Amino acid sequence: MYKNPILRVCTKILFAPIILFGLYVQFHGDFGPGGGFQAGVIVASAFILYTIVFGLEKGKKLFPSNINLLLLALGGIIYGGVGIASIFLGEEFLSYNLLGSTPQSGQHVGILLVEFGVGLTVSNVMIALFNAFIGFKSGKAS
Amino acid sequence: MISELIINAFLVTVMLAIAIALLKTRTVIFTVILTSAYSLVAALMFITLDAVDVAFTEASVGAGISTVLFLAAMAYLPKKEEETIGNQFIPALSCIILGAILIWCSYDLPQIGLVSSPIHQHVAPDYILGSRNDIGIPNIVTSVLASYRGYDTFGETIVVFTAGIAVLVLLQNNKKPSKDTKSKIKKKVGRNV
Repeated sequence: MYKNPILRVCTKILFAPIILFGLYVQFHGDFGPGGGFQAGVIVASAFILYTIVFGLEKGKKLFPSNINLLLLALGGIIYGGVGIASIFLGEEFLSYNLLGSTPQSGQHVGILLVEFGVGLTVSNVMIALFNAFIGFKSGKAS
Repeated sequence: MISELIINAFLVTVMLAIAIALLKTRTVIFTVILTSAYSLVAALMFITLDAVDVAFTEASVGAGISTVLFLAAMAYLPKKEEETIGNQFIPALSCIILGAILIWCSYDLPQIGLVSSPIHQHVAPDYILGSRNDIGIPNIVTSVLASYRGYDTFGETIVVFTAGIAVLVLLQNNKKPSKDTKSKIKKKVGRNV
């Protein structure tokens, strides 16, 4: 937790653009470099910056840990769910051809959803790990 | 061509300098920062190889988030590494021999980007054509990662998930055991012995 006003103001200004850039990397991954893994890390870095500057308590107020753990699991579920959905539509696991009206749009939808799942899991794992490291109190009794 | 050579030589020199500095330093924070710098130079190296996606991942994960996590974990480490004692002749010798073998083998590698090299003959043409015709996505890396190799990426996501959960369980379950559980453990251990 820092009292320095420059750090605090800059963090507040930077927070939204970092997340915006993360979303750009996430959803522009079809056309340029990027994708779920990188976007997840970038979005997580915004929350980590906030936690570093304002402390763990405020960071947890901004992004409660139960929501964090929920989204952490939800990413994997989205990815697996796309696979299961393609089975129910009569294709093989994780083949996206029938998710849209044409095979190409199906592939687009599938890739978008799958990358979103990856990004969700990666960002929330990173935030949860950082919070766990910061909040860890070394047990001297053991 | 010559400019590429100069860039590569520069990057390799910086990498070597960082590696030597990493060997010499005994302060934990310098080790973390130097590892981060090494990742950044590696990302530049990937850019010179035209692997922009890998460079992006290396810069964000290797240089960015892992440094932050290392720094967060560093608070629980002693500030200085212990001086290593003992003879380092055999480790150095094995490193030199291994490096020499790798350099010797590198002469047999095909030229980078050569169309007739085996790696560009197997499935790559199908992926390049299919990414345009079947999937319709300009970035071939994304179409390979999410569609052609969807199983692998699913596995990767599950690995990240599992690793995160495992670390969370390890770090959060550090409460002192109450007296009841302690005595129970003692009883159990006593019985087993």
